[in-house]
Amino acid sequence: MTAVLTIAGYGFREAVRRKVFAVVIVLTAVFLFLFWLANHFVFDQLGTIAPPSDVHVDTRTFAGAFLLGLAMFATLFLGVVLAVFLTLGVVSGDAERGLLQPLVVRPVGRATLLLSRFLGAAAVCIVYVLAVYGIALGITDATGHWTPPAVVAPGLELAGGVVIVIALSLLGSVVLSSTANGIAVFMLFGAGLVAGLLGTIGHALNSHTIKHASTIAAWALPFEALYQDGLRLISGSATGLTGFLLQLGPFGGAYVHGWPIRIWAAGYLVIALLVAVLAFSRRDL
Amino acid sequence: MPQALAVRGLEKRYGAVQALKGVDLAVEEGELVGLLGPNGAGKSTLVKIAAGLVRPTRGRAEIAGSPAGSPAARACLGYLAELFRFPGWYSADEVLALHQRLARSDGGAAERKRLLELVALADATDRRVDGMSKGMQQRLGVAQALVGNPPVLLLDEPTSALDPVGRRTVRLLLEELRERGVSVLLNSHLLSEIELVCDRVAILLGGEVVAAGSPGELSQPRGIELETDEGVREIPGASREDAPRLVAEAVAAGRKVYGVRVLTSTLEETYLEAVGGETS
Repeated sequence: MTAVLTIAGYGFREAVRRKVFAVVIVLTAVFLFLFWLANHFVFDQLGTIAPPSDVHVDTRTFAGAFLLGLAMFATLFLGVVLAVFLTLGVVSGDAERGLLQPLVVRPVGRATLLLSRFLGAAAVCIVYVLAVYGIALGITDATGHWTPPAVVAPGLELAGGVVIVIALSLLGSVVLSSTANGIAVFMLFGAGLVAGLLGTIGHALNSHTIKHASTIAAWALPFEALYQDGLRLISGSATGLTGFLLQLGPFGGAYVHGWPIRIWAAGYLVIALLVAVLAFSRRDL
Repeated sequence: MPQALAVRGLEKRYGAVQALKGVDLAVEEGELVGLLGPNGAGKSTLVKIAAGLVRPTRGRAEIAGSPAGSPAARACLGYLAELFRFPGWYSADEVLALHQRLARSDGGAAERKRLLELVALADATDRRVDGMSKGMQQRLGVAQALVGNPPVLLLDEPTSALDPVGRRTVRLLLEELRERGVSVLLNSHLLSEIELVCDRVAILLGGEVVAAGSPGELSQPRGIELETDEGVREIPGASREDAPRLVAEAVAAGRKVYGVRVLTSTLEETYLEAVGGETS
């Protein structure tokens, strides 16, 4: 346990010194300010939005779910940025710089070393994601008097998505250089987002092929599926035309959702970590 | 009692390059063994395999009877890598404290103070690594390797960045370690250093041990040097046993003899002969 805390603390201190946190905190502050501004003006002018009289649209729910969906996207993005910069060079990068070898020869074990770095990064990212998500919820509630029907589960799913990215980044760090790993993880993240949007378009167009491709992508990259499931949960109370309009937008929610994808995401995380540990145990340093 | 380091039939291949071709080497308890060889001879690969950083393609490496890289082997190992770095924002004391925790050493502040004194860094306890010269960082690396009093030390070029005073500090430290019964495998390009401190030397070339033995065993007789009133004269092929006869002959011939010296090849000459002047 001492070794785990020592290694996790080592990684944490490294991140502090490299100003990773400073960059993320500044970006987060900018985002939260802009998010508050958007909420303030949207909810302030909500009364001026007049949908046609023959349709019923719950504008407050629509605006609230849309804005919080936007906040969830930004939180996921910033969480992924933090996750990648905390972990992209854990193995190859540190080995190239000669930082890793003195640690690996200690009687700690490579698996413990890698899993400690995972736990350290995961702890930081979970706290970060939940904090930003919580503040975003608070802003929407304070400015628009709207809260989603599910509050806790979407935040946990967002954090879960970021934790999966951490595992993928650690796995990448075993086999790729830092730069290549950073590019690869961000491209995977982008691919997941595109696949999610594609699914939304596929359902709007009722295209079986696009829906099928999106479904495969959701299972292949479950961090995206968790995020989409979180979006689904915050717009769960929107019914009728309001719900339909939300589903047409980019924050409409998942078409692959519920416990099967959550269980798969947990299994995916374990598999990614096991492969990373196995690859690290066989890697020459 | 198992050997401190036992290497048998060790082979390592990196793609098309055969870095080690069946190396056998042993370091006995309390023995200081030097590893010599030109760049690319496989010295660092051998040390890395012993440290558990690199997996051998074939053969075995054991530290104190346990397979290299196993928890038991790592528990009794101190290692200084050829290319290493400590986080720049750590102080010397913090680097040692980190390694104490990882090595499960209960030496505390007293051990850290003693180690920093050993490598002449007592005045740099709170200095950050970023603010240290390369030589200071290398000495800190040596101190780090000694955390927890490991019975086996693997030192890969521990003096490459040191000035003559720093080299002397490390040399004295190695001699002290030998007196304390610590086994050391020392990989160095500095032949004079190896010759001064090592009990045995192994010369690697192209991934194979081409010569091994004590510095004395590796030195070859080169003749006798006789200094008389006619000047200095070398008698090639003459041995130590020939010295009294040669002196007697010179005196009988009316020469004044001022000195006689048995000539042996230096480790450098033996090394150059073994590697054939090869470098890369």
